[in-house]
Parts: sequence; C-alpha cells; structure tokens
Amino acid sequence: MLRLAPWLITALLVGPILAGLAMAALPAFGYLPALGGDSLSLDPWRDLFAQPGLARSVAISFSSGIATTAVSLTVVVLFLAGASGNRLDRWIRRMVSPLLSIPHAAAAFGLAFLIAPSGLVSRALSPTVTGWERPPDLLIVQDPWGLSLMAGLVVKEIPFLLLMSLAALHQIDAEHRVALARSLGYRPTIAWLKVVLPSLYPLIRLPVFAVIAYASSVVDVAMILGPTLPPTLSVSLLTWFNDPDLSRRFMASAGALLQLGVTLAALASWWGLECLVRRLGRGWMAGGQRQRGERRLRIAGKALILLAAITALVGIAGLAINSLAGFWRFPDGLPQTVTLQHWQRALPSLGGPVAATLMIAGTATLLAVGLVLAALENEQRSGRQPAQGQLTSALTLLYLPLIVPQIAFLFGLVVVMEALGTRPTRWLVIFGHLLFVLPYVFLSMSEAYRRFDPRWSRVALTLGATPNDAFWRVRLPMLLAPLLTAMAVGLAVSIGQYLPTLLLGAGRVSTVTTEAVALAAGGNRRLIGVWALVQASLPLLGFIIAVGLPRLLWSNRRGMRGTP
Amino acid sequence: MTAPSLEFNRVHIALHGRTLLELDARVAPGEVLTVMGPSGSGKSTLLAYAAGFLAPAFQASGQVLLGGQDITTLPAERRGIGLLFQDPLLFPHLSVAGNLRFGLPRATPDKAARVETALADIGLAGFGARDPATLSGGQQSRVALMRLLLSAPKAVLLDEPFSKLDTALRHEMRQLVFGRLRDADLPSLLVTHDSEDARDAGGQMIELS
Repeated sequence: MLRLAPWLITALLVGPILAGLAMAALPAFGYLPALGGDSLSLDPWRDLFAQPGLARSVAISFSSGIATTAVSLTVVVLFLAGASGNRLDRWIRRMVSPLLSIPHAAAAFGLAFLIAPSGLVSRALSPTVTGWERPPDLLIVQDPWGLSLMAGLVVKEIPFLLLMSLAALHQIDAEHRVALARSLGYRPTIAWLKVVLPSLYPLIRLPVFAVIAYASSVVDVAMILGPTLPPTLSVSLLTWFNDPDLSRRFMASAGALLQLGVTLAALASWWGLECLVRRLGRGWMAGGQRQRGERRLRIAGKALILLAAITALVGIAGLAINSLAGFWRFPDGLPQTVTLQHWQRALPSLGGPVAATLMIAGTATLLAVGLVLAALENEQRSGRQPAQGQLTSALTLLYLPLIVPQIAFLFGLVVVMEALGTRPTRWLVIFGHLLFVLPYVFLSMSEAYRRFDPRWSRVALTLGATPNDAFWRVRLPMLLAPLLTAMAVGLAVSIGQYLPTLLLGAGRVSTVTTEAVALAAGGNRRLIGVWALVQASLPLLGFIIAVGLPRLLWSNRRGMRGTP
Repeated sequence: MTAPSLEFNRVHIALHGRTLLELDARVAPGEVLTVMGPSGSGKSTLLAYAAGFLAPAFQASGQVLLGGQDITTLPAERRGIGLLFQDPLLFPHLSVAGNLRFGLPRATPDKAARVETALADIGLAGFGARDPATLSGGQQSRVALMRLLLSAPKAVLLDEPFSKLDTALRHEMRQLVFGRLRDADLPSLLVTHDSEDARDAGGQMIELS
C-alpha cells in the first residue's frame, strides 16, 4: 500500500494537468464536437487576435510576472543579507506564517482600502499634506499599468519567498560562510551576498518560478486590483469562458494556450535575466570590494520588508474598520460612528459559505496529509533517501501545478469533466483543491520528516515495536508540530482558492473566497470588509491551533520544545 | 533452558565492490565481544547489519545466527536484538515510565508494577511521572538500559554507549551495563574506539583497520 503512495501522488498531480492542457488545446484549434466543432481550424486564434486590447492584456500579464518576482526577491534577499538577528529581524521572521496565511483576495482588498483615493493613506494625509477636501479623482486602484496589482502581489509573495529561503538556508551553512568572509574583511551584508546568495538561489529557484507563473496568470487579485480596460489576460479569459455564448469557448481555449505561452515566455525571460545577473555578478564577486554600500543595502532591505509587512497588517485592520464603519466622512481618519449592522446583515448568508469552505479545505487537507505521510514513510522504510538524481525529477513534478497557470488547464479540465458527464459537485472542487494543497503540504512536511533522526525509529524497532507502531507511537507524535503546521498551510491554500472553486463547481459551490471576490465588482466596502475579514481569519485559526496545540500537549515535556 | 549465543558466520560487507569488513565469531551467553577500530573502519556498519538496518547500498554476505537460528533476513523488530546508542534516546514525548512501558512486550501482565520495580532497581523509584528531559545524563542512561532489558532481548549491541559520558560516570555505567548483561546471560557486541571500554568488558576483542 505504502509503496503506491508516490505513484498515486504523481498520477494525481500530472494526470489532470496533462488532460486539462490537452482539452484546452483541441478546442483552441476548433475541435470540440459537443459544441459543434468537428474540424480543425484556426478561427479561434483569429477571433482571439481580433480582440481589442489583447496586446496590452498580454503585456500587463507578462510584466506583472517579471516585476512582481524581481521586486519580491530583491526585498527578501536584501533583508536576509542584512539580517543580524536583532528584535526587528526576529519579529519579521515570526510574522512570516501569519502573513503567508492571509488569502490573496483578502490582502488585495486590504491594499485597495489602503491606497484608494478615499483610503486610509489618503485620509491620513488629507487635508494637511494634500489639501484634499474630497477624495481626488485618481485611478490608483485598478490603474491601467497594473502597478497596484503588482504591489498587491508583492505584499503576498515576499512572505512566501522568505519562508522558502529560510527553509533552504538550513541546508547551506550560512553562518559559517559569513563568519569566514568577515574574517577576510568583508562587511556582513556584502559577505552574505557574495558567499551565501550564490548557493541559496539554486535552492529557491523553483519557488521563484512558481511566483512568476502565479503573478503572470492570477485571476482573483487581478479582478480586485488589476486594470479593467482591458483587464489582464487571465481575467479576459475567464469572461470569455463564462460567456453565455458558448461558441466563445473556442476563443477562450486559444486564450488559455496563449496564457501558457505568456507564462512560459516570462519564465524564459527570467532565465535570461538570471544569466545576465550571474555574468555581471561574477566580476563583482571576485572584485574584492568589501565595504562599500553595505549600510545602504542593509537599511533598504529592512525598510522595504517592513513596509510590505505593515502594508499587509494595516490593510487587514482597514478591512476590520470598514466592516464596522457607520457614517465616515472624508477626510476623517476614523469613522464617526461604529456599527455592527453590516455584520448582522451578512451573518445569515455567511454560514453556508463558511461551512462549505471549511468542509472543502478540511477534506482536501486530510487527503493531502494522508498521501504525503504515506509517501514520506515509504521513503524512510525503503531506505531510499532522495537527493540522488531522482529528487530533482520528483520535486519538479510537485511544482507542476504551481508552475502551469491554473487557468490554462482548469478550462480543459472542466471540458473533460463535462465530457465524462460528471456533475459539478463539492467532491470535484475538493479534487481540484487537492492539486494545489498537495504540493504545499509536501513541501512543508518533507523537510522535517527527512531531517528526523532515524535513530528514534531504530530504538523503537529494536525494542520490538513493529514499523507501524514506530510510526504511530514515535514518529507521528514527535513530528506533531510540523504536521500541524503543514495542515495549517494546506487549509490556508485551500481556503484561498478562487478559480478551481469557481470553474469545477460551475459557480454553484460558494465559499467565502468566491463570495468575497464576487463582491469586488459591487464596490460596497462595508460588505467587502466583512467577507474579506472572515476570509482572512479562517486560515489564521489553523495557524493558531498549529502553534498552540503542541505547546499545550507538551507543556510538561522539555524535550519537545522547539522542533526535534 | 540454555541461553542462546550470537554467531557471525563468515560475514562479509562491501560498499561499491570494496570490502569494508569481514567477521567470523561466536559470542557466548553472558559474554561481550568488543570490536575496535578508528572511525570509518565499518564499526557502525557492522552494528547496522546485525540489527537489521543496513542501507541498501551495501552488499552483505554471510549469516547472523542467534541461538542457532538464522536471523539474517528477519526485519529488525523480529530479531530479538536490543541496541544501546551513544545517546540515551529516551522518547521526549513520553514520561520516564512511558519510556519503560514502551520496552515491555505487549502481552506483559501488570505493566505498572513491572515498571515500578524496574525504576526502583536502578535507584529511580518515584521517577515514573517525570519528563525524561529533566533527568541527569547518568539517570537517562540508566533508564535507557532498563528500557532495553525490559524488552527481553536475546542479544545486545552496544554502539559506543559510554563515549558521551564524563569520565567519572563512564566507569560507573560500564560496571552497571556489563554487570546487568552478564546477569541476564545475554551475548553482546560492543563497538568502541576506547580501549578502556574493551578492558572493562573483559571478553574477546577484534580490531578492524
């Protein structure tokens, strides 16, 4: 049984993606008998390229992928280079998980409420600094250049890349390297950039690629913060796909392939940038320059990451204020009156989506945890440690659902399901979520599992315990903390999913995320505040349990404090 | 009933085609066979082989016999071989008593009483509910030894179990461990690089190079 787990995971991840891509490719060339397309043609592509503003949509999607990643990675690298373990650094590190748990949509709403012409920032500066007595007529949110979209993504991708980097730093002896370089006269920040970064980057390259793919194809954040005339390619695609005129599905399928192409082009360009930076960096690395600029770099890293963290947190606070606001005149910083009215009105309609969200997230996470534990336990028992060639291929497959744009294969997957006659149900949505929950649970759990001292299981076995005993009575309880963290990550990933819920549920399965994003077009800030705050707090509950439960259980076990 | 002996019948272990070690020896009940050698000489590989944890990369031939029965292909948990590591490795999520209970075979009657007697036996009466992390190094070692004995092994492997103790404690623990193993009439295999261990063990000695 256990031996099947790795194969099951691979089939589960690769199968739907290949099937989905294939079923997007056929209609893109006119073939979809169910809709009357029974011969190959290039008409869908002609229709697609005749769409007004397509070039601009493509340009924004592409540049969002590159710019978001470049900015996020730069901030993370500068912060890590300058981190010296003081209180601010430790605070940032502790904030990584909570920040990561905020769903993209909630963070995007938070940012929108912050930077909008009548948002918190504008209110704080008016009228003293700006002189505005009424909200200015500026297109800050949903600006045509996609800058607010990129800002919203940067705020969310920084914690992701930071967490991945912190995990990878365990594998390279960063502290000793920096100490050695410092003994040669290099300032700490310069030393880190010269001797740690070149080894760190290859370890976080796949997460970086995942950020590029995500930022170039995201739907929910783009619907909230992205430009509208024309929207990003992914948002246009969704509109065409959901068009009552079913013949537009052909064009939407061609668009899905175009989206795949745009994302691949962004990845290829990034690879080109990598080569360029490596070439330029080589001279700098060997130049022997030790001191110059270190202070500026260090301060920039701290300031930027602090800005991102505070933006996210104040954004969430903004959601809360909006959800409670009564009468609120511009430019007052806070509402004149506070009311529970919005909550009371939303409460009856909150119950169903919250229950559905938790049920879907819980089931997907439990399935994922079961599969991941089976695969990792199999790895231990067969005695085959990865890291010998096979690791790279297996890990790459794990990243497949994170690197192939969701929208590119989900369309096709819907077509496959329709062809199979499967009705949209919660189970289909759960299955869709599993595709994205599984990789994150695996990434989050595998580190701790593989680093777990094998002698613990050996002691158990030599005392006569069976391998199953050793798993249930020793390995699992000792790995409870990382296991709960992985589950919290899985829940957070599932709760934040917009597109799989929408497409595989055919709009009939509503979660807090689909409801919150659907409110974006309406612009009722009070109501958005309520729903986005609920959306943000659900994953946080998971993390609170993940941190609190082990402390409670092991309050009398000193050896269980900190990770084993 | 005669106690079983532990035999290594023309054991040969190689890695990537290069011979790592060869051993042909018999350990009588109550005796300790000491295998000495510098690090990298294959000492821990020998233990992993005897206990059933040899990584698939190694090629091994020969047999391990316990009481005349070939155990070479049995899984670790059915070999009846106990193992004492460098560290006590008391399970940190269990209490001291929980650790001892883990060692007792499942069908043991009146486990609580057995555990209490065992604790008293190593001078730790009343320590059952304690968190193992609050015990001193010597106390932890004694619990680890008792946990091993409670699991009723038919032979014992010792992986430099004294190397991390300070000098005063080391002698005391050696007396305790070797005394108990002799009392229980168990054949034991000790790997170490400390010649004092070998002298205190008092049995035959083999040097690996």
